[in-house]
Amino acid sequence: MRSALQRLGLTAVVLVVLYALWEGFKWFGEATAFRLGTFEVNDRTLPHVHDIVGQLFEPSRRNGPLLIEVLGDATLFTAKEAAVGFLMGAVFGFAIGVVLAHSRLLQRGFMPYIVASQTVPILAIAPMVVIWLGGRGLPDWFSVSVIAAYLTFFPVTINTLRGLHAVDRRALDLMRSYAGGAWPILWKLRVPASMPYLFSALKVSATASVVGAIIGELPASIQSGLGGAILNFNQYYATSPASLWATNLIAALLGIAFFLAVVGAEKLVVRRAPENVA
Amino acid sequence: MKRVREWAPAVVVFLLGIAAWEGGTRGLNVEKFLLPPLSDILRTLWEESDTLWGAGFFTFKEALGGFVIGCSLAILAALVLARWKRLGGALMPYMIAANAIPIIAFAPITNNWFGLLNPLSKMVIAAVLCFFPVLVNMLRGLTSVRPSSIELMRSYAAGEVEIFRRVRIPNSLPYLFSALKVATVLAMIGAIVGDYFGGSQEALGIQIRRSAGIFAFDEAWAAIMVASVLGIAFYAAVALAERLTMGWHPSAHGAQAD
Amino acid sequence: MSGITAVVALRNVGKHFGEGGVVALEDIDLDVRPRDFISLIGPSGCGKSTLLRIIADLIQPTSGDVVVNGKPARQARLDRDYGIVFQDAVLYDWRTVGRNIELPLEMLGWDRKRRQERMREMVELVELSGFEKHHPWQLSGGMQQRVSIARALSFSPPLLLMDEPFGALDEMTRERLNGELLRIWDGTGSTIVFVTHSIAEAVFLSTRVVVMSPRPGRIQGIVDVDLPQPRTQATREQTRYAELIREVRRLLRLGGGLDVEEDHVEETLIVAEEGL
Repeated sequence: MRSALQRLGLTAVVLVVLYALWEGFKWFGEATAFRLGTFEVNDRTLPHVHDIVGQLFEPSRRNGPLLIEVLGDATLFTAKEAAVGFLMGAVFGFAIGVVLAHSRLLQRGFMPYIVASQTVPILAIAPMVVIWLGGRGLPDWFSVSVIAAYLTFFPVTINTLRGLHAVDRRALDLMRSYAGGAWPILWKLRVPASMPYLFSALKVSATASVVGAIIGELPASIQSGLGGAILNFNQYYATSPASLWATNLIAALLGIAFFLAVVGAEKLVVRRAPENVA
Repeated sequence: MKRVREWAPAVVVFLLGIAAWEGGTRGLNVEKFLLPPLSDILRTLWEESDTLWGAGFFTFKEALGGFVIGCSLAILAALVLARWKRLGGALMPYMIAANAIPIIAFAPITNNWFGLLNPLSKMVIAAVLCFFPVLVNMLRGLTSVRPSSIELMRSYAAGEVEIFRRVRIPNSLPYLFSALKVATVLAMIGAIVGDYFGGSQEALGIQIRRSAGIFAFDEAWAAIMVASVLGIAFYAAVALAERLTMGWHPSAHGAQAD
Repeated sequence: MSGITAVVALRNVGKHFGEGGVVALEDIDLDVRPRDFISLIGPSGCGKSTLLRIIADLIQPTSGDVVVNGKPARQARLDRDYGIVFQDAVLYDWRTVGRNIELPLEMLGWDRKRRQERMREMVELVELSGFEKHHPWQLSGGMQQRVSIARALSFSPPLLLMDEPFGALDEMTRERLNGELLRIWDGTGSTIVFVTHSIAEAVFLSTRVVVMSPRPGRIQGIVDVDLPQPRTQATREQTRYAELIREVRRLLRLGGGLDVEEDHVEETLIVAEEGL
């Protein structure tokens, strides 16, 4: 309990420091006419923090709903895309990992490409995927989920593979001596042992799926999500910079929320799984 | 003979893959929407090579700039935070959380700051994307030194600076390079995908979007190939630097790493 | 304060961790004479590793005086009057065996020629000639420890501190290294303080065995080992050897506990104290 309170206190301190740095830099930049290329510090490029937060409670357009309502809906929409994508990618990635772990041949055949694909900017194909799936009659948001799934799948596969192989040799031999077949060994031994690796990948994937969802919305011209909101408020940046900033703030919180959700899940799952399987 | 057995399956998959690509797209008349035949893509790549590679290098410069800025700042920050261990340890969870923020979503803002056409706006995105992973990993590397190693140094009356120089920094190199390799990918993504929010006509991301938008998928895929080649080359360059600096590491010799 | 003839003089040394916390050591009085081979032995939690680190000035005592080589422990550390060997060899992977041994010499500012000469001497001493260009991971555990010893002695310190250096090795390697250590001790004329949890090892190696009692750690008794030098495998078969082992056991039992298992509590306290 005490550490939870400490954590909360520390978070508050960090937020205050960030606030101070922001406002401090803003004051400094405006006072000294700081320049970097065409960048100058003023209310348009760097709105006050209270303006940004305050903007959330202003109407998003004349006589329209409050910004925070609009963004709330957009967040839920994007979150759904990201979550569906995350789940699909995680399940698929895990399954592929399990298959590859059991077949040396398949592993040798496919691993180089799986690893190499990590170096390719996958997100670059987002436009193509969206247009293709859209043409097939699937709802727009689903194609965004597919992109999110794609970003999730690779880290999960690679880490599942590493985790399943990271079992202590002795534990494996012990299981075999109990005449355990491949399936019991898998579930009772390898899977629990691979949990830390799996969650390590899921934490990366959590962020990737949110990024994938936001970016995926752009070529699909989806209005209802955060990606669409960003594009929208980007157009009105000159008149209302705080709106775009507020949107980004909400997007940042979404990313962090997904991440914390996985961290929370890890605490639950890893506690139940055996600590040391040897 | 063993070597061949290691590589053969991958080569087989590669050849099968190409065959399936070419045969499948032509034979089954798969819509050109997803995947034009490989030969078409290669042809487009050849015909448009000037534009595509020009765009590629324009984007690569943005990525490289961001990579250099982001990684340098991260290394400096890691050195500082390793010196004041309490601060570093306390801030670690926040840095990890900060890494969960979709930085690319800030591209429109940097576009507004530096101008849509200015490479600096994408460089900043790439730099921020590189910053946290490199910082977190390098900090881990600097601080995960065995206590007995530090005690040994103290027995030699070594001061903090010497301990950094002789122990912490060499210890952190594997962690650092691991993060730098990831950072090359992130920087490329930052540069290319940042363009999806708008950018110079010369940039690869814009090319991809535009081509996809007018359904010229040959061009779009050709541009993606350019992006992949550059991405792999970037990654390989860092991997090479790693090999050169860390030739001593057990993993390079196939032995069990600590 | 007698410090002239003793290499290490401990007077009334005590150590407790934290406010009113664990009392690791109490009332330690000990003189280590030149060319002594002192073993510190005791059950888990008796503070032997802590005591070694106090002599090394890696931990500060909460009471008492520590004089090493005629100076306060801190000065002795700054003057590099001792070499130290830990249970794990702590060799740096990015340096070859030879460069690992040269490390303290580099830090002392010796020039290359002198360093390499001394390095070759040390490599011969520990019988690892031919391995100078190897990397630590290519060596077995026993060989790594020999490198660690070579490094510790490279700058010829009058005192050698050893914290269960052979603890992680198998019985046969350990016995062999025991013999080698005695040979090195004889050859270099150094004074050694040796922490161990093996009674046999303590009796075989030492001129005196200091038996400690569990928390709070005190000196339960000191056994003079009057076995003849040089000691060999034959020594292990002498009746006197077995008698001395019995005597050490008796003192351990008196102190309250014959449990000589590894205890990591002490280790974590040491680490926490030094803010490592």
